[in-house]
This record gives sequence, C-alpha cells and structure tokens, in this order.
Amino acid sequence: MSMLKDAIISALGADAKFRDDYQRPTSVAFCTVPKDKFTEAAKAMKKSYAFLAAEWATEETPWFGIFACYRWREEYLIVKTITTMDDPAFPSITKKYLPAYRFERQIHSLMGIMPVGHPDLRPWIKFEDWPEDAYPLRKNFDSSKPLPYIKGDYEWIKADGEGVYEIPVGPVHAGIIEPGHFRFQAVGEMVINLEERLGYVHKGIEKRFESLSWKDGVKLAARVSGDTTVAHSIAYSMAVESMTHCVVPERAYWLRALFLERERIANHLGDLGAICNDAAFAFMLYQLSYLKEIMLRTNYRLFGHRFIMDRVMPGGATVDMDEQGKKEISAELDRIAADFERLVVIYDESSSLEDRVRDTGRLAPEQARQLCAVGITARASGINVDCRLFNPFPPYDRLEINVPVLISGDVHARVWVRVEEIRESIRIIRFILENIPEGNISAPINKPAPDTAGFSAVEGWRGEIIYWLQAGPNGEINRCMVRDPSSVNWIGLEQAIQGNIVPDFPLCNKSFNQSYSGHDL
Amino acid sequence: MIRILRQIFRTGVITEDVLTPEDEHIEIVGDRLEEAVKKLFRGSLTIRQVDAGSCNGCELEIHALNNSIYNCERYGIHFTASPRFADMLLVTGPVSRNMEIALKRTYEATPTPKLVVAVGNCGCNGGVFGESYASLGGIDKVIPVDAYIKGCPPTPTALLNGILKAIEGKTKP
Ligand code: SF4
Repeated sequence: MSMLKDAIISALGADAKFRDDYQRPTSVAFCTVPKDKFTEAAKAMKKSYAFLAAEWATEETPWFGIFACYRWREEYLIVKTITTMDDPAFPSITKKYLPAYRFERQIHSLMGIMPVGHPDLRPWIKFEDWPEDAYPLRKNFDSSKPLPYIKGDYEWIKADGEGVYEIPVGPVHAGIIEPGHFRFQAVGEMVINLEERLGYVHKGIEKRFESLSWKDGVKLAARVSGDTTVAHSIAYSMAVESMTHCVVPERAYWLRALFLERERIANHLGDLGAICNDAAFAFMLYQLSYLKEIMLRTNYRLFGHRFIMDRVMPGGATVDMDEQGKKEISAELDRIAADFERLVVIYDESSSLEDRVRDTGRLAPEQARQLCAVGITARASGINVDCRLFNPFPPYDRLEINVPVLISGDVHARVWVRVEEIRESIRIIRFILENIPEGNISAPINKPAPDTAGFSAVEGWRGEIIYWLQAGPNGEINRCMVRDPSSVNWIGLEQAIQGNIVPDFPLCNKSFNQSYSGHDL
Repeated sequence: MIRILRQIFRTGVITEDVLTPEDEHIEIVGDRLEEAVKKLFRGSLTIRQVDAGSCNGCELEIHALNNSIYNCERYGIHFTASPRFADMLLVTGPVSRNMEIALKRTYEATPTPKLVVAVGNCGCNGGVFGESYASLGGIDKVIPVDAYIKGCPPTPTALLNGILKAIEGKTKP
C-alpha cells in the first residue's frame, strides 16, 4: 500500500508509468510521466501532503532527464520526465514547491535546462564571471579545463525607503568558518530582508564523481561535508549496495550506526557550545568543546581517525570494535553524560541566555512545512521527520527511536532538539555496545549493472542526506546526485531572520549551522 | 552561578603539553613554539584563517586549537577576524574558482611580511578534488605559500607542528 503511488495513479492514470526494474531499492517508487504532466504530478503530491525532497537533472543522450523526489513519512517516490536536447526545457514546479526554487536555478545554471515558469532565473552556484554557456554537468563539457573569465553582474534584491540600508557580509567571514555572502536590508537594527549568495566552495563534486570508479566514489562522498563524513559515506555506500544487491553483514550496519551516532553527538556538542558562545556565554563553549575533544580522541584511538573518516565503504565497514573498545566507549559515555547533564541544567537556569535564545530566529511550523525543511531545523519547527525512524537500517529498526519535536521554531528549539538528540544517541550507542551481533564487517561488492539507478536516505546529524546514483550504458557512474540537508535548509535561515535584529544574526546562523560545502558541492 | 563555579573547579585545568603522537620520536612542540613566537613575533602571532574551498573538515581541527586542551593562546597564537592585523594566513581547501578572487584580496589585505600556510591535503595539492573547472588545486596555484601541513584533516597537533615549522622557516613542499 503506497499512498504516494496511489495519488499519482489517481491523478495521472496511465500517463504515469511505474517501473520496478530500473531503480533500487524497489521500496522507492519510480515512475515516468510526459513532460506536460510534470506539474500535475507535483500538484497531486502536494495534495497528499508530500514534501519535495530533491529535484535534479541527468544527461542520458539523446535526452535530458528531470527528476523530482517526494517524501511522505516512510515513502519516497521519484517522478521522472524527459526533454529533448535541442529544446531543453521542463515545466517549473517552484510555484507548487518552494524548495524547487533553488534546485531549478541550479539545474538551469549547471545543466542548461530551462525551468519554464520559474520566477527567478538568476544563476545559482554559477557566478557572473563564468561563461554563460558553461554547463558543467553536461556530458560534452570538458571538466578538466579551467573556465575562461567573462565580465558579468549579479542582480541583488534591492529595498528602498526612508532609512533602509544594506549590509554586505562575506564571503570571507570573521572567524573560522566557511565562506558565503549575506546581504541584509535593515532599518535601524531590524533586518527586513536577508539574501544569501552561496556557491563559493563549489568544487565540482557531482561532476567529479562521474570520473571515479564506484569504489573510489566513497572517498569523495566522505569529503562532501567534512563534519558529516560518516553519514555521507554511509549514504553513498547504501546507494551502491542497493544497486548491486549486496547483502551487508549485520555487524557492519551496527558499526555504521555506532559511527553515525558518535558523529551526531560530537557535532551537537560543538554546536551547542558555539551557540552559547554567540550569546556571550563562553563558559559553555569551553566545557562542551572539551567533551567533544574527548570523543574525537576515543575515535582516534579506536578507529584510527578523529572523525571516523573513510571507515565506511560499499559492502560494510573497514574497522571493527573489540571488547576493550566497548569498555572504553562505555566509560567515555558515562563521563560525558554526567558532565553534559550538569551543563544542561546550567543552560536551563541561565536567564540571560534564555533571553537571547527564546523567540529569536523563529521559523514557524507553516514556513518549515512550505520549505520542506529536514533534520534539526524541521524538528524544531514541529515536523516529525527522521530517517532513522522512517527508513531505518539495523539496528534502528529494532530500537524505538525517540524523535524530539518542538514547535516554537526559535534558537532555543534548535538547541533543545540537539540536547534531546544527544541523550538519545547515548542511549542508542549503549544499546549497540550491548547487543552488537558477531560476524563479518564487510561483504564483497559487484559492479552495478548498466542502466540502473540506486537511492538512499540517511539521517546525518544535520538531517536527511539523499544520494541518487545512476549507472551509464557501460556500468560507469553516469550521475551522482547528492542532496545534503543544507540544500533545503539554507532558505530557512533567510526566512527565520526577518524581523530580528542584526546582532542576533550570528546566533541564528549558528543555530541552523548549515554546511556551505554540502550545499555548494 | 554556583553551579558554573562548581563545574569549573570540577573540570580543573585540562590544557595539555603538546606531544606529537604521529611522530615516532616524541618531542614537545609547545615550548619551542612559545619561544619562537616570543622571539620572532614579540610574543604574539596573529593568524587569519581562510577557507578557500575546503570540505570544512580542516576547519574543525583548526577550531580545536582554541579548545581548552590545545589552548593555542598560551603560546601567544590567536586568530583574528581581519587579515589586516594578521601575521599569518592559514588557508584550507583546494582553491575553488569561486573563491579565487576573495583569496587574492585577503592576501593583498595582509601586511608584509606575511606567512602563508597551506593546510590539509587539499590545501597542499587539491586532494580528492584535484584540478577541474571548479577547483584550481592547491593554494600555491593562486598565492605564494611558505609552508604546507599535510593530513586529511591534519590533527591539531600536526597543525601546531606545522605552524612551528612555518615560523622557523623549515618546511618545503
Ligand atoms: S584536506 Fe581533507 S578535511 Fe581538509 S578540506 Fe581537504 S578533504 Fe576536507
């Protein structure tokens, strides 16, 4: 019984052609529709309360494929349509789904396909000094050559009126963070609009995947966003495994879950410290970053890398855990949990901190819903989403995961979701330590068959990560679509900051803490 | 307040001597670093970090230099928000094409003599991202580099070691 599939069938009838011999896993529905029905499919999905999870394009000579991936609870459904190469265009779904706004600008900029009816076709990722006809994701584009520079302009959104002024910030920010450009329109202290300009760290990752072997791809996936290295490696690996029918040993899954939860705790600890620090409470930063450091050191001792990078690969994991390791982790968790709980009480009792975080940077539940937000951002704004709950791999399918959902959508809510998630992750790790099954930690893996596709969704610490892989006619990587949670959540920050005061921006930004690298790819 | 004080006392002083676990011969870097900073920079080495296209992994470790275990301030090393006060640029990432201009401008805004340290495998030679339409490769493809710190990402200890070598002027690619 698939709700989304039924909705498509009842709206489009025989126009929607479902296939289950093309894309894996088959639990993710896949259909093709005629181009003029693409928006109708979006309409049907919207009516079923589905979220738009991703939208992307591929080149499958002699045509381009356009894909939209929808999600509703545990269901995913992918709608594909095609367009010819001499008139590359498709109907935009931005008016139905807000997140399509940037996905489609990106498709237009990097693949050169026109989203007809899109309200804003300014290039995205592609800067004004790129040649206009440079479409890196097209097959005939030579990605090894540097691009020539041209003269161009970017049209910023302007605001007029008495006392309105503009503050440009970045790309190089004050501090040790990634680059991006923000432009505020403000009146007095109050922000009336924020426009983000991202793409500074675009490294051509999706294109680079196409020149790699399936095996080497995981190394690149691990570096899409360094702070999420484990989750990205798992997501890539699972997509490859789904295409090759690889049976991953239980123990490997459990180890992956262990790494994933350790990554979640470490990042949440760091974020909580940084958020408090931006509210001028440096004590928390030093305490929490100490706890984070303890975790990273355990990682280094037991798994050989502080961020457990390159320890997950298609087929399983590359490092195991012995009895001594279990003991060490267990002792480490006792220690961290005790300190952490004391710090939470301090956070909770600090009224000056409360003053800064409550009602600041509010993303209302309706807004989050419209933006199809994911991860922490979504859960702080009343949306119950978590792949560990809806699309679990072992041991998540055996655990009753508690997903914290708050509705206030402010900085405090994003703090509190993290607090609860740390507690839950500690519980999960303890469960893993006690119950992890014996056995191999990896299985051999075959090459994917030509003309097939694979899909995966994994809950990284920021939120849902999606990989969609496609094998070309010779079984090589034809396309690797990566959807980091940041790709959707960045717009949330633009929305949340309106009506706040300029000095609260760092605090709001930190509470979202989106990846630039994962977004810019 | 009382809880905060209690927690501070419970934690105590956790700052550690910096050893080099990666090296076979263990040496204490800290003292040498402090001395070099004192001698060459009058006790204060100011660093501006620039992410020229990294995956943000290197940033995590540079951040860690400021935590209370590595506590780089004790050697007189601090991070500044403006390149105009900086003695050293610590640059990560392969230089993305979209960051090229910003990196050059930051370099120009830094007063001479300026030390440039390329951080991470990507900063050294482009790493997994290599050279392409979007990635120009290592930092030295765009601005002159004085020292290189390898690693993906380099550990905080490796970073301190690298910074020391850079100010002692000893590293070669
Ligand atoms: S060296 Fe490694 S951690 Fe640093 S930017 Fe490159 S891939 Fe990321």
